[in-house]
Amino acid sequence: MRAFTYERAASVESAAKSAAANDKAKFIAGGTNLLDLMKLEIETPTHLIDVNGLGLDTIEPTSDGRLRIGAMVRNTDLASNETVRRDYGLLSRALVAGASGQLRNKATTAGNLLQRTRCPYFYDTNQPCNKRQPGSGCSALGGFSRQHAVLGSSEACIATYPGDMAIAMRALDAVVETVKPEGATRSIPIAEFHRLPGDTPQIETALEAGEIITAVTLPAPIGGQHIYRKVRDRASYAFALVSVAAVIQPDGSGRVAVGGVAHKPWRVEAAEAELPKGAKAAASILLADARPTDQNRFKVDLVERTLGAVLREARG
Amino acid sequence: MSYSSQVSFTINGESRVLDVDNRTTLLDALREHLHLTGTKKGCDHGQCGACTVIIDGRRVNSCLTLAVMHEGDAITTIEGLGKPGDLHPMQAAFVKHDGFQCGYCTPGQICSSVAVLEEIKANIPSHVTADLTAATTVTEVEIRERMSGNLCRCGAYSNIVEAIVEAAGTRA
Ligand SMILES: Cc1cc2nc3c(=O)[nH]c(=O)nc-3n(C[C@H](O)[C@H](O)[C@H](O)COP(=O)(O)OP(=O)(O)OC[C@H]3O[C@@H](n4cnc5c(N)ncnc54)[C@H](O)[C@@H]3O)c2cc1C
Ligand code: SF4
Ligand code: FES
Ligand code: FES
Repeated sequence: MRAFTYERAASVESAAKSAAANDKAKFIAGGTNLLDLMKLEIETPTHLIDVNGLGLDTIEPTSDGRLRIGAMVRNTDLASNETVRRDYGLLSRALVAGASGQLRNKATTAGNLLQRTRCPYFYDTNQPCNKRQPGSGCSALGGFSRQHAVLGSSEACIATYPGDMAIAMRALDAVVETVKPEGATRSIPIAEFHRLPGDTPQIETALEAGEIITAVTLPAPIGGQHIYRKVRDRASYAFALVSVAAVIQPDGSGRVAVGGVAHKPWRVEAAEAELPKGAKAAASILLADARPTDQNRFKVDLVERTLGAVLREARG
Repeated sequence: MSYSSQVSFTINGESRVLDVDNRTTLLDALREHLHLTGTKKGCDHGQCGACTVIIDGRRVNSCLTLAVMHEGDAITTIEGLGKPGDLHPMQAAFVKHDGFQCGYCTPGQICSSVAVLEEIKANIPSHVTADLTAATTVTEVEIRERMSGNLCRCGAYSNIVEAIVEAAGTRA
């Protein structure tokens, strides 16, 4: 790990200012992704701004019926929250499907959203990788690509966004709230928060330099059956090959977001209109633009089958 | 600003003040600075659970957190749970059920399992919890899922689960 200076931020505003003043500064929350990457010198900040003490750790209803989740709420606390379990069960389910009990005790809402890809070449500093070292090439193209994206990828990068929580948040139409260094606030719909790789795979989100996440807000509850189904190589403590986050209404209509298939949570509203007709109809629209590699072609079938299992579960 | 910092926390009930390089993980602070070598380094990347300690009642991987981030915290390691002759019920249950072979993963398994029983009591859900709105119960399936962050290369898993089930019963 490279040496760095360390600061406990005193306020959201000072944290954002401090981050904007140094382009090698990083916020640190739970540290479970950042420190992992710093040990491998994939991330090399020279200054860490600890944002844990800013009071961003509460979950509160808003006066208009939404739920505001502080950026530093731990994954365990979010999954255990009574309102979330009752009205946004999908989010609880996605959270407890991720990582381990120990990690969820540290991992935060903001940090989880911003976790970086698990592409093995991104992690191997001896290999070319456009995300880690822009312009060096993509080792996954023509390499081992079993875990990689089948949708929305580019010639520069075929990595997936690896997280579970954000897939549920995408289905729930969450909004990411931020504060910029000059003090302005922004509300970024989750659909626009994560980016496709294009020719700048190193830029993963809509966040600007120094911009700090303060909360994630969920719209008023929409009812329905909340199902998160994650398919992985072992029963627990593994990233998704494919995951499906769904809210299914009694009349068969609903919402579906898919994880493990793209550089961002994947949702196609036109596919949702087909849900009452079944998984095949919905999946054919959801996956219409799929461009799998020979090694990850299985994901196309897996999405359809997982969606089928979700719809069967919803019918009871 | 400096590349090192002072931090004070309580370890197993004793307050300690340390001057550390900012890069020092809590795990390295425990092992290298405080010579509490019960906590083990397996992977150093959050993947094995050997470094599990309990901070303010919650289990965490001490390899993925910085010592300087724990100002004022109360940390419990395997050394603080019980001592030879005065074992924690979970330690006694691991001995009774042969919940280990080489023992390397064991401090992490025990810290984790002590916290798991508290998590179930506090009604924190897991991936295998059937009903999110009902009370969580101690079952083998729950224990296996909740312990999935602790790997055992010797494969003592079935005895570990037996030990935890027994410790859960003793306390109930
Ligand atoms: C072994 C292992 C298994 C895992 N398995 C899974 C899994 O199955 N599913 C899953 O979803 N995840 C999994 N994870 C990833 C885990 O969920 C993330 O590491 C965690 O959520 C990151 O949160 P954190 O608070 O620790 O973030 P940190 O590591 O502290 O930060 C991550 C990033 O967010 C930035 N950041 C933090 N807070 C803010 C803020 N307020 N504003 C702006 N930027 C901020 C940091 O600068 C950093 O770039 C796993 C991790 C490990 C180590
Ligand atoms: S897929 Fe993306 S992250 Fe993986 S090697 Fe290619 S550029 Fe790097
Ligand atoms: S040493 Fe910390 S999880 Fe392996
Ligand atoms: S007892 Fe040897 S690793 Fe678990």
